[in-house]
Amino acid sequence: MFRAVRLIDPASGRDEHGDLLVRQGIIADLGPNLGQPEKALLVQEEGAVLCPGLVDMRASLGEPGYEYRETIASAAEAASAGGITTLAALPDSVPAIDDPALVRLLRARGEETGSLTILPYAAITRHCGGEALAELGLLREAGAVAFTDGARALRSGRLMRLALSYACGFKARIVQHPEEPSLAEGGAATEGELATRLGLPSIPAAAEPILVARDIRLAKLTGGAVHFSHVSTAEALDLIRAAKADDLAVTCDTAPPYFDLNEMAIGEFRTYAKLSPPLRSEDDRLAVVAGLVDGTIDAVASDHQPRDADDKRLPFAQAAPGGAGLVTLLSVTIGQVHSGNLSLMQAIALLTDRPSKLLGYQAGGLAKGAPADLCLFHPDRSWRVEAGALPGKGQNTPFDGRVLQGKVLGTWKAGRRVFG
Amino acid sequence: MYPRQKHLLAIAGLRPPEIGHLLDLAENYVLLNRSGKTQRDLLRGRTLINLFFEDSTRTRTSFELAGKRLGADVINMSVSTSSVNKGETLLDTAATLNAMQCDLLVVRHGQSGAPHLLAQKVEAAVINAGDGTHEHPTQGLLDALTIRRRCGRLEGLLVAICGDILHSRVARSNIHLLTTMGSRVRVIAPPTLMPSGITALGVEAYHSMRDGLRDADIVMMLRLQKERMNSGLVPSAREYFRFFGLDSEKLAYAKPNALVMHPGPMNRGVEIDSAVADDPLRSLIKEQVEMGVAVRMAVLDSLSRGPR
Repeated sequence: MFRAVRLIDPASGRDEHGDLLVRQGIIADLGPNLGQPEKALLVQEEGAVLCPGLVDMRASLGEPGYEYRETIASAAEAASAGGITTLAALPDSVPAIDDPALVRLLRARGEETGSLTILPYAAITRHCGGEALAELGLLREAGAVAFTDGARALRSGRLMRLALSYACGFKARIVQHPEEPSLAEGGAATEGELATRLGLPSIPAAAEPILVARDIRLAKLTGGAVHFSHVSTAEALDLIRAAKADDLAVTCDTAPPYFDLNEMAIGEFRTYAKLSPPLRSEDDRLAVVAGLVDGTIDAVASDHQPRDADDKRLPFAQAAPGGAGLVTLLSVTIGQVHSGNLSLMQAIALLTDRPSKLLGYQAGGLAKGAPADLCLFHPDRSWRVEAGALPGKGQNTPFDGRVLQGKVLGTWKAGRRVFG
Repeated sequence: MYPRQKHLLAIAGLRPPEIGHLLDLAENYVLLNRSGKTQRDLLRGRTLINLFFEDSTRTRTSFELAGKRLGADVINMSVSTSSVNKGETLLDTAATLNAMQCDLLVVRHGQSGAPHLLAQKVEAAVINAGDGTHEHPTQGLLDALTIRRRCGRLEGLLVAICGDILHSRVARSNIHLLTTMGSRVRVIAPPTLMPSGITALGVEAYHSMRDGLRDADIVMMLRLQKERMNSGLVPSAREYFRFFGLDSEKLAYAKPNALVMHPGPMNRGVEIDSAVADDPLRSLIKEQVEMGVAVRMAVLDSLSRGPR
């Protein structure tokens, strides 16, 4: 039983001080001044917030294929430390998740952890290779929540059209990494003054809106639903905003680095700040914040891309892109509450209810009878991010050295405490 | 002179007195070298390793000569860039160098930032001898010394840097150095070879030699690599030479006694015409090579006195 905490539940709009009672893994009751049953285990933290366990709609697990970077067990440990109880896993592993058996395997591996529900994305194309459509129907039937080729953009306009159109019949979204591949190829930073100073091969920011514009047109043509991941530019957000105003089935998410950091984080060749898409200008960062505030951005995802030290201890252009994001997801997002841009309710909604609805999965709510997937955090308490000392194997955080305000105190999966 | 810095990784970030001090020191070494004397006790017992991941005859020889004239033990290491895992080689090499107790490490690498990475891992003072398309600080210093000796100053001069600015580490080091020292710098390139945001570095950008060279005191040409033609940045060598190659006709747009520089090696007939390159009254190209040795002696000298 949680006593005298601030209960925040975006699904119902609840924001009140009260208690929450868990019985046999299920939320038995919640509200102000509940009677305290005998033998109840009490959890009480002054000033703490209890919200639904976070739903992370985009993360790479490392497993299968890159176990040296992260395993499902280590990702689950990091997720729990970040307050995440449900996670949508990208399919561009080795092998790619392009077979119904692999979708079922991932779901089962999630259940085995006992702490993390894994919702598998399945590949749009076989091997995420961008050439032949995967068996979308069978994959959907096996439990794929949506389709994406992960960190690879689907290059062919024709295939994108087919995928949107075909997936529509199975009521599934196509999730796109929005970066025009021929403009992005070989690039390591956003084109502009910083890349010029450092002499780095660069990607024009326009690579993002170019692909977003194409895919919005294709969504309109096919009636299909497209979702853009880790949107990072003002121009792409303008296109998405306009598409939403036209009632097209267009949605998007972003990740904490894109509203908290700009390209200056690269400093002198810091490879932990090498991400895909690359960090942007300050103007683009501000546009992402505005997109969170006005609701153009539907969700915040960790965009967790675990990398080994050997992937990162290389000259910048050769280093693997991607940042570890599970542990810092909540804290960095809460940063937008402290800076006055978002309400706590908005921030929690972006991390729970809204991604849950996008994934079509019942999670991320505080309601009687719902599984007790819970996150207890203190919005004001601070902690220091230290690469090398984070839970899980992925240590490549772009926030290394930062002091973040907002700390996860405990995480519960189906009523069982898995962190804290 | 380097109370602040242990390494020389870039010109960006150096302050005018630091640059001025290095140039003054180099000036002394020019005189010393010309007098035929040496100063072999300065780096006696110190080990200088030339670690070259890219082929270079000129720069490597220049550092080798500089080290030897100051009495250092000089070792040349060429590392094959064809090995499959270049990154591993870089860090493995760092471990090897630490074991060898190298004092001064001169690095050339095809990737921007590689010397920065090495500097974090080795105990030696690291000197960047050219990294990717980032910087080539000793080239910037030797170019500045060459100009300063001939014109007596850097401040107020109009320097035009022409050619493949996008891929040129020489251009970046020269831009930082010359703007820091008060020169006016123009860059001239076809739009496809002009890096984005270049004017934020304090230069004026031009796409035509006629406009860009007007009133220039110094015309600095850059090497155009053949792969630029293959990747479609420039349609052909002859088209490039027609619009951006320096011949006497285009040189006439600059000041009547304007001087010509080139970091070498030259592609004659692509970016520069032989008549201009070999004109003893206008070309500083041979002098640049001489200054290279003196500047590198100055850098080795000052870094060997730096914080250890």
